[in-house]
Amino acid sequence: MLEIKNLHVKLEEENKQILKGVNLTVEAGKVHAIMGPNGSGKSTLSYVLAGRGGYEVTDGSATLGGEDLLALEPEERAALGLFLAFQYPVEIPGVGNMTFLRTAVNAQRKARGEAELSAADFLKLVREKAKSLQIDAEMLKRPVNVGFSGGEKKRNEILQMAMLEPKMCILDETDSGLDVDAMKLVADGVNALRDKGRGFLVITHYQRLLDHIRPDVVHIMADGRIVKTGGPELALVVEQNGYADILAEVA
Amino acid sequence: MALPQPKLAATEARLAGLSLPQGGWAEPARRDALARLQAMGLPARRDEYWRFTRPDALNAPDAAEAAVLEADEAPIFGTLDRLCLVFVDGVFDAEASDDPALDGVQIDRLANARDTDLHWARDIYGVLEQRGQTPVARPFAALNTAFATDGMLIRVTRTPVRPIHLVYLHRDRGSDAILHHVVRVEAGASATIIESGPAAARFNKCVEIDLADTAKLHHIRAQGRDHERSAVTHMFTRLGSESVFKSFTLTMNGRLTRNEMVVELTGDDAIAHVAGACVGDGDFLHDDTVFVTHDAVGCESRQVFKKVLRNGATGVFQGKILVKAGAQKTDGYQISQSLLLDDDSQFLAKPELEIYADDVACSHGSTSGAIDETALFYLRARGVTRAEATDLLTLAFLAEAVDEIEDETLRSEIVSRLDAWLVRRRS
Ligand SMILES: Nc1ncnc2c1ncn2[C@@H]1O[C@H](COP(=O)(O)OP(=O)(O)OP(=O)(O)O)[C@@H](O)[C@H]1O
Ligand SMILES: [Mg+2]
Repeated sequence: MLEIKNLHVKLEEENKQILKGVNLTVEAGKVHAIMGPNGSGKSTLSYVLAGRGGYEVTDGSATLGGEDLLALEPEERAALGLFLAFQYPVEIPGVGNMTFLRTAVNAQRKARGEAELSAADFLKLVREKAKSLQIDAEMLKRPVNVGFSGGEKKRNEILQMAMLEPKMCILDETDSGLDVDAMKLVADGVNALRDKGRGFLVITHYQRLLDHIRPDVVHIMADGRIVKTGGPELALVVEQNGYADILAEVA
Repeated sequence: MALPQPKLAATEARLAGLSLPQGGWAEPARRDALARLQAMGLPARRDEYWRFTRPDALNAPDAAEAAVLEADEAPIFGTLDRLCLVFVDGVFDAEASDDPALDGVQIDRLANARDTDLHWARDIYGVLEQRGQTPVARPFAALNTAFATDGMLIRVTRTPVRPIHLVYLHRDRGSDAILHHVVRVEAGASATIIESGPAAARFNKCVEIDLADTAKLHHIRAQGRDHERSAVTHMFTRLGSESVFKSFTLTMNGRLTRNEMVVELTGDDAIAHVAGACVGDGDFLHDDTVFVTHDAVGCESRQVFKKVLRNGATGVFQGKILVKAGAQKTDGYQISQSLLLDDDSQFLAKPELEIYADDVACSHGSTSGAIDETALFYLRARGVTRAEATDLLTLAFLAEAVDEIEDETLRSEIVSRLDAWLVRRRS
């Protein structure tokens, strides 16, 4: 589904190389996790895949379902089925959460040549999904993420994911800042979407989320590369020993 | 003090083409206004409040022609239940207007001043304008008082069931209109006055508003979309105690618009909110010049002005809050912001606070910026196209000003016009 080959990325403004040859393939139906020290390039990878500006791809490729992601605009990538749950969800004063969700859902439907959802159908769908994430109507009325707590913002990301039903979901530290119950809610939200046609790439620092979302594969990223790949047990090793051993081993 | 030569010449050239309407109760006020104008002269670029906006087109003896916009959308507020008073190129059109009979409201024409003696109007006409001439001179308002050819004299004694809608149509590409309205709202009454349309190729309009204690006035205006028009407008509002004045102006297009708002809070616990949203593209200059004077205890004032500028458009904001000695417990707020959609556009702001009382809360802020790239990316990452995301963020930027409109119907009409303006510009 998602195929990243030898991806090299530097900052556009400075001569700083951040990704130094990332190779990674996420198959449909699978959940991959990425762990790695702060600053190793995990968020950068997710931003580059989603199409944020400020980065320059100097080598390598990234495709989704065979399509060259890097040649597309961010909205085209989204319409193709790519979704990024942001590490830091953005506050947008003046834009209601509901308006935002409806605009996004309909924009994607339009891009795919599907009919727009009627107001009533949309409302019904949002209510149902919001309920399972314990997002109340009040939160839906407020401007996007404005005045939301850290945990509310993360749940709002999962709500968007649930509404958009993407093919490839990238979650960047969606667990950070969540209390135990909220983490369970988020994990349930993710698990509800697990499907043989859908791939997940879950970036996290903690084993705890992976207790709820059982990953098929765990990667360790360090200094802009995937340095080790293994099964769920790799996350346990990190949890217990940190990265020192793994980094020493691959050095 | 004699006027400097260029000012004198400009003033004389302008006056040469105008004649003072004769007779009736308004004539003394007109003569006084003419004398005021001759003493202060028309504005020049060096004048403190004309540094950002060139007065030339407004000073010129003749109006520059302005193409008449071909209607491509339904008339604004056209479906509202309201009393319509229509002016075509500044001339009242009784045929096109509703019968000016509305319970609780007395409506007369300034043009009939010769035949009727309206004491209440005489006590206001030119009086509030003159009060507003200090400390800042407003020559076009004096010119207006002297030479206005028509206007409506609206006295609200009891709350009417419908809003009054002044419709200004522009049909003649060379028209040059001067209108002067007087509004008095009596104690306990509440009214809504709507204005819409470009009015003329060049429009000079003055409204004097006198709010009795506990009176309320809502004012909504949409200035029309004709690109080449120019306008200079003044609203002088005097508020009695516990009275409320809420005004919102939408400006789309227009080569030159100078909107002056002069608000005087003279009674305790009065509330005045003035707001404006403008969108300009290319050959566009929009100037909001606001002066709010707090001269009573416990009053609240808000100024919320937002401008969206692209393709070399210019926005100007000159806003002042003056808190006089003794105006304790004043709550004054002022914000002026512009969203620059490209590097060619500019925003010039001059926010001022002058406070002579010690127990007051006043704040003001002015910013100018581009679309927030982070928010734009967030929206695009959810599948919203760049164009649609930009428009969404633009409307969000304007929201603080538009939300000043309390009436839901009026507000959504304004939002839909703004949205349509943006959509017409999608590339
Ligand atoms: N726009 C930028 N400008 C400057 N430096 C940047 C920029 N984006 C990323 N970097 C740098 O690139 C490196 C990788 O950052 P990135 O955010 O991808 O790390 P991360 O693995 O997600 O870290 P964390 O676990 O703390 O979230 C860091 O050194 C960071 O400072
Ligand atoms: Mg990160």
